[in-house]
Amino acid sequence: MTPREQEFLEYVQSGGQVETDDWLPEDYRAKLIKFIEMHGNSELMGVLPEREWILRAPTLQRKLALTAKVQDEVGHSQLIYRVVEDLGKPREQCLDDLIAGKSKFHNVFHYPTKTWGDVGVIAWLVDAAAIISQKALLKCSYAPYARIMKKICWEESFHILHGRDVILTMMLGTDEQRDLVQEALDRWWGPLMQFHGNPIAREEDPMYVWRIKSQGNEEARQQFLDGYVPQIWELGLTVPDPKLRKRDDGVWEYTEPDWAELKHVVTGHGPKTAERLELRRATREETAWVRRAVLAEAA
Amino acid sequence: MIYEVFRQERKGQAFAHAGSVEAPNEAFAEAYAREQYGRRGESAALWVVPREAVHEIDDFADELQKNYHRVDGYPLKEKLGKARERVSAKNADAFSAGAG
Repeated sequence: MTPREQEFLEYVQSGGQVETDDWLPEDYRAKLIKFIEMHGNSELMGVLPEREWILRAPTLQRKLALTAKVQDEVGHSQLIYRVVEDLGKPREQCLDDLIAGKSKFHNVFHYPTKTWGDVGVIAWLVDAAAIISQKALLKCSYAPYARIMKKICWEESFHILHGRDVILTMMLGTDEQRDLVQEALDRWWGPLMQFHGNPIAREEDPMYVWRIKSQGNEEARQQFLDGYVPQIWELGLTVPDPKLRKRDDGVWEYTEPDWAELKHVVTGHGPKTAERLELRRATREETAWVRRAVLAEAA
Repeated sequence: MIYEVFRQERKGQAFAHAGSVEAPNEAFAEAYAREQYGRRGESAALWVVPREAVHEIDDFADELQKNYHRVDGYPLKEKLGKARERVSAKNADAFSAGAG
């Protein structure tokens, strides 16, 4: 590391923030692009599991809420790709890489949504897990990213309420509805526990070292368990992990998540990966004429 | 083209940078800015500005160390302490003179 890079590192580690036009070490820029691009991909791919339920939503109110949520998430991906673009990677290239399977997106968006119960669990617990990671980006050393996270976190807070409302409504319904929620929770618990990543010490996590994020993976998972397991239990649901318990010192113990599954899924081998990427490719092709028309009109 | 978006949360407050949008022209930029930063009533107003129109200045030379026009040019604590000491010493003198 050169003295200039060292100075930069110390600056961000002491809470300093930088802007687009500032000098950035190459490694920092590369890590930022990788991290932020994956976030953008996740917002864009994250709407697909829910999109599948817009036409099957149980009421008009739910259909409208789900549509609004999908619009929010696509909006987030646009803002996020904009930040990546200013760091030097054009949006078109991000989309090319996503469709070609060269870049990643979050594990939870590679799975199917079998029932309306899954929609509730995604909107409540997947969004809850995501908001914990996203809140840790509000202090990101790269200020343009931190600024858009304010808007994103604000919108995510509606999404969690929407998800909780879906779950509460079902839990107050029939036994069949309660079963749908429990079955969905059973399906999603594994991916949820993998979501924050392996428990690498934060000092060894380059994303923390550069202060791109402000907490370690295990801290995020503990925060998730602490915030949401009591909420799950109070509804009479069972968390499918016999080892799950909170120790006297406040730390949650749990069965080791399946890290091999996480790796397998995020490298493009999830049950729905190929199908969803194909949908992205096809819609991008179908809408290409709109982009051409708009650009020709503006020129 | 890139447009920077500044947002005002409530009337009377300062506009703060919120993010940017990419758009082929002003009409699209305005529409995107509305969708991204105004559709839930979270902003009182937006400024949508072509990026090239924003001129940044971030070097502020102070070769002469002109601290006389800043708050840090007036460290009064020490002087104030001395002034208080002077007055209390004088009062003590007056007291002992009176007692004598």
